[in-house]
Amino acid sequence: MKRLIALIATLTLVAGLFAGCAKKEAQQPTDQTQIKIGLATDEGGKGDKSFNDAAIAGLEKIKAEYGIEPQIIESKSADDYEPNLTTLAADNDLVFGVGFKMADAIKAVAQNNPDKKFAIIDSVVDLPNVASYVFKEEEGSFLMGVIAGKMTKTNIIGFLGGIKFELIEKFEAGFRAGVKAVNPNAKVLVQYANSFSDVALGYEIAKKMYNDGADVIYHAAGGVGIGLFNAAKEMKKWAIGVDSDQAVLIPDKADVILASMIKRVDTATYTASKAAIEGTFASGTVVLGLKEDGVGISPTINPAVPQEVIDLANKYKQAIIDGKFTVPTKPAEVDTFQAPQI
Amino acid sequence: MINNKTKNVAFNALVKKAIDVLMFPLIAILLGLFVAVFFVMWAKNLGFIDGTATLFSAIWEGTFGKRANFIETLVAMTPLIFTGLAHSVAFRTGLFNIGVEGQFIMGMLAAALIGLIPGIPAPIHVTLVLLGGLIFGAVWAAIPGYLKAKVGTNEVVNTIMMNFIAMNVSNYFVKGPIHREGSASSKMILESAQLYRFLSPSERVNVGLFIGIALIFVIYWLLWKTTIGYELRAVGLNMHAAEYGGINSKKNIILAMVISGAIAGLGGAAHVAGTIHKAHQLVGFTNYGFDGIAVALLAKSHPIGVLFSSLLFGGLNSSARILQKFRIPKQIVYIIQGIIIIFVAADYIYKWLKEKKKKEAIKNA
Repeated sequence: MKRLIALIATLTLVAGLFAGCAKKEAQQPTDQTQIKIGLATDEGGKGDKSFNDAAIAGLEKIKAEYGIEPQIIESKSADDYEPNLTTLAADNDLVFGVGFKMADAIKAVAQNNPDKKFAIIDSVVDLPNVASYVFKEEEGSFLMGVIAGKMTKTNIIGFLGGIKFELIEKFEAGFRAGVKAVNPNAKVLVQYANSFSDVALGYEIAKKMYNDGADVIYHAAGGVGIGLFNAAKEMKKWAIGVDSDQAVLIPDKADVILASMIKRVDTATYTASKAAIEGTFASGTVVLGLKEDGVGISPTINPAVPQEVIDLANKYKQAIIDGKFTVPTKPAEVDTFQAPQI
Repeated sequence: MINNKTKNVAFNALVKKAIDVLMFPLIAILLGLFVAVFFVMWAKNLGFIDGTATLFSAIWEGTFGKRANFIETLVAMTPLIFTGLAHSVAFRTGLFNIGVEGQFIMGMLAAALIGLIPGIPAPIHVTLVLLGGLIFGAVWAAIPGYLKAKVGTNEVVNTIMMNFIAMNVSNYFVKGPIHREGSASSKMILESAQLYRFLSPSERVNVGLFIGIALIFVIYWLLWKTTIGYELRAVGLNMHAAEYGGINSKKNIILAMVISGAIAGLGGAAHVAGTIHKAHQLVGFTNYGFDGIAVALLAKSHPIGVLFSSLLFGGLNSSARILQKFRIPKQIVYIIQGIIIIFVAADYIYKWLKEKKKKEAIKNA
């Protein structure tokens, strides 16, 4: 026991020596504008290279333009959403909830803080101080389906979903509809990993699909998709990315990524923050589809994709923007879906 | 004079015992905080004094400093009281019930299911919800308990597997029959099934906290003032000696598992009925069951200790969000918790080595 106490005392002394050495914290840039912004991530947290990072990227842009340092709190579990948002609302004027799972929490906290502004991504909360941003993931996924349907040689295509939420089913439905539109003979293998983070599982599922004859796999599974890219690289097959331009984010796998379905979550957080700063923040629902440039094909497209496939995808894009047909949002609707000939 | 002296000796012995019991947990907590200061210095580029000040002010603000945070500390503490107690009962009987997590989930599921039945008056409905959680948890723990007692299978392995089954059973219901359209959770339980939030409806602290605290004393009474508790503890200390003394150790193993599971299930039900009012679709474990292991270890499996260690862990969990507000990575909180656990475990190793030395000394003598 004595030795332990001596050890603690020594450590304290040593620590005291270091005390003087550390630098003082760099001066924070002083806020020119009076508004403060907070953001709560879902369980994925910072560094997921997809959804949450995209949301934060929009705020980084605001920081660069207006010098507003956002307060970011990561959620450990779904039970954390409400207290995290409450904490943020106490200090900030505008609070973001990233992810449809936060809808209940945003609703509760927004009702308790009627003088604060809130914004939610991927869900609709109908309150006078909440702006809701939802995306038409099925439209972007449809275009990926067009590319996959044209690029497949084996006529077997894979879809790797994260967790079977209605939100992720929109990706599946759009993708399968896109495949059906250009290649009705192709079969789409669908599997959900029941995770958004298990890389090893993504690798396993992707390898199984490739072994079953698939040569193109599209994922909507966050971190699980990294496993897909690993498997694609190893087996020299194609993969399609999601949310961000993944060929740019993961450069060593760029040669197996045909393209990515971009979802501009950063545009949503940027626009809402800008509106709040300029005093034009409005509640209500903003739907971001192909027309609004909220979803789309990534700027990086693999050189292996022939120009005519890209042109075809762009034709479908135009048709969707013009309202010539609606892309199904539920997997069950795909069976009855009839794509117009283009 | 003599009387006074014996009193003094008794008092000194008590103080010595208290120090003996509390020494390691306290050192563990202090060292945990001490090491965390270095990470704060590193993360924030601060000196030792400033780092300490930042960390402690953040933890203070996050636990007791502000009304809203204090409420969240109590909210975070509530499920840990139940899971900490559940582990304590199992530890006292020489069992390691890792399945507390799964039993907690089954309790949540029971509450989410029973909470949807319409037309039951409030007091009865709440009671049914809690009772349902208790039964679901007890049954879930009874299975591995029975297997352990009758077939001798390891309860650790079985309860871990039961955790996964519980998670998937819960997800089956939350995704299927009781799914709420457009959400990742079940339908909201009815108002008549909700535990009373005694501050205000928007502040999540609820009667579940008092149920937990009351349960602490019930378990204390059970373990130390009843024959059942005596038998449980005897089996925990030495199964064969207990058997020799006429105690049915198999019966007590099952009983300990059932009690442990019932507490965990009750905690899960109280969590749904009081704090979240719905069951989430589980992406991973809730971790309340696993955090309960640390709570029980730090409390040395003593019910009264659980009160304080759950407050500590609840407070640390709650201050994780305030640390992030100060732009300190939340992982610092997990570092503190991890170091506390390591030191508490070190205490057990220290004792074990001492015991071994003693035995060897006897052998050599």
